[in-house]
Amino acid sequence: MEKLLNWIDARFPLTALWESQWGKYVAPKNFNFWYYFGSLATLVLVMQIVTGIFLTMSYKPDAAKAFDSVEYIMRDVEWGWLIRYMHSTGASAFFVVVYLHMFRGLMYGSYRKPRELLWILGCLIYLCLMGEAFFGYLLPWGQMSYWGAQVIVNLFSTVPYIGEGLGIWIRGDYTISDITLNRFFAYHVVALPLVLLGLVAAHLMALHEVGSNNPDGIEIKQQPKDPVTGLPLDGIYSHPYYTIKDIVGVVFFLVVFSIIMFFVPEMGGYFLEANNFIPANPLQTPEHIAPVWYFTPYYAMLRAVPSFLDSQFWGVLVMAVSAVIFFFLPWLDRGAVKSIRYRGTLYKSWLAAFVVSFLILGYLGVVPVTVWGQFPDGWPILGTADIATVVARVFTVVYFLFFLLMPWYTVRDKTKPVPERTT
Amino acid sequence: MADAALNQSVDAKKRRFLITASGVVGGVGVVAAMVPFGVALMPSARAKAAGAPVEVEIGKVEPGQLITVEWRGKVCWVLNRTKPMLDSLPKLDSKLADPNSNVAQQPPYCKNEHRSIKDAMWIAIGLCTHLGCSPTFRPDIAPGDLGPDWLGGFFCPCHQSKFDLAGRVYKGMPAPTNLVIPPHKYLSDAKIVIGLGQDGKDS
Repeated sequence: MEKLLNWIDARFPLTALWESQWGKYVAPKNFNFWYYFGSLATLVLVMQIVTGIFLTMSYKPDAAKAFDSVEYIMRDVEWGWLIRYMHSTGASAFFVVVYLHMFRGLMYGSYRKPRELLWILGCLIYLCLMGEAFFGYLLPWGQMSYWGAQVIVNLFSTVPYIGEGLGIWIRGDYTISDITLNRFFAYHVVALPLVLLGLVAAHLMALHEVGSNNPDGIEIKQQPKDPVTGLPLDGIYSHPYYTIKDIVGVVFFLVVFSIIMFFVPEMGGYFLEANNFIPANPLQTPEHIAPVWYFTPYYAMLRAVPSFLDSQFWGVLVMAVSAVIFFFLPWLDRGAVKSIRYRGTLYKSWLAAFVVSFLILGYLGVVPVTVWGQFPDGWPILGTADIATVVARVFTVVYFLFFLLMPWYTVRDKTKPVPERTT
Repeated sequence: MADAALNQSVDAKKRRFLITASGVVGGVGVVAAMVPFGVALMPSARAKAAGAPVEVEIGKVEPGQLITVEWRGKVCWVLNRTKPMLDSLPKLDSKLADPNSNVAQQPPYCKNEHRSIKDAMWIAIGLCTHLGCSPTFRPDIAPGDLGPDWLGGFFCPCHQSKFDLAGRVYKGMPAPTNLVIPPHKYLSDAKIVIGLGQDGKDS
């Protein structure tokens, strides 16, 4: 066995790759609960690719057959229901773990120098994932697939001057049609997965180059080396230590995942929407259109912004900026410390306000704007306006202030001294 | 050393020129090769042919009735408005964003109070100008959810934009402009063609 390995290593850096990327990768010893979500995201990625391959074997990207082929998978293909539910539940699980993974980065300042590029690669993965989710959602060709795609493609049609042509270029037709379905299938199963895999590889390589951050925000590479092991004082090998830890996370995750997949795969209409069990009908819009839960905070911002100068482009712009603004985080944060453990109340309050905004916008994105009724007629300015719209506007502003005021409040914040060693 | 000897024999200027020149030529080639792929995403000849004008029989559309037809895969409405419906239009002017239809969302021959060729018979594309959902026809007066001032019109289920019975948008809605009136013309009293205007234009 060792001879075989030596033979390979002389021809391909197998052992070197394993050691640099995981086996001999030195990580801080104080990873906590929040450090499960990177490995879980990798797990879900593999799961989506494997189930996706099996789904393409029975799915037909044809407007006349797509809906029926999904039902065929659910009813007639052996274990097809399981594979499809793994894929559809996996999509939501992907966003759950990625959102928690990103929140971890926000809490512990994992985007700070020297991890800017690591963070940017992560943001690109997030955008790519949104694209995957959007293209994939058209494929079942249900009512929500169709009208959701209609709304999102029309976002691009609002771009001044080139918008209309851009919309036709994306659809390949004057409306969402068989042509659109066919090309979205190509994007979903070939183009974006390739990009995604490349980005994930780059994300991992960048991580293993700069080294992991940790809940204390201490750079272990700057610590003195342990005279016996030669490792930084607070560093341990990923293998076997974090291999074992991550297996615990994987088992726990799979338990929760299985419960959802087997018992509530539709998650009350949040993972698979009721309207999507009706075949797409271009002549009838469903009564209430809402995207799947992971897009709803952005969707709430989109519709909270009123049209201005005869254009609805502003809402689209706000929505786009709200996603892209994450890229600038490494340069917006000027705090003296990385981790929330040593930050003052200012940063903690703003982060809390951001999370609350994100959740409330997420809720407002799934309900109609009339959900809370209107302000009474007599009120100045607010009179007759939908309460939910006004609330969405307020929290959209809070969402952006978290980023835009960051250079100011992170400097003003009263931070605590960071210890030499991890706690 | 060897490097120095090598450097003396190399014409750095010539090398830089050659690298730049071949880089530019190669770049132009790559861009040119991308063009067919970008253009391949435009509508195919078949998709364009499917966008041809459609003829619609409208003789049997009763007053107050709305029928839905399809043109270029889009929802097209034909609404035969009653006298009270037509009377409601001028009452709403103060609440509308563009009561006089100044934004070119209709062919010139429909830029009038009724946004139609004939007063009663209204032809429009039934897609919200916000993000393309199809608004719901709500001819009922003062329903509970739309308030006591509602005189009938269209209500978009996606983002709650409101339009009157000529497709004119209310102020402060997500939708920025009135509903689009497609080019159309009358072949006879009971038959219209959508997609070809009475001025001969198709848009």
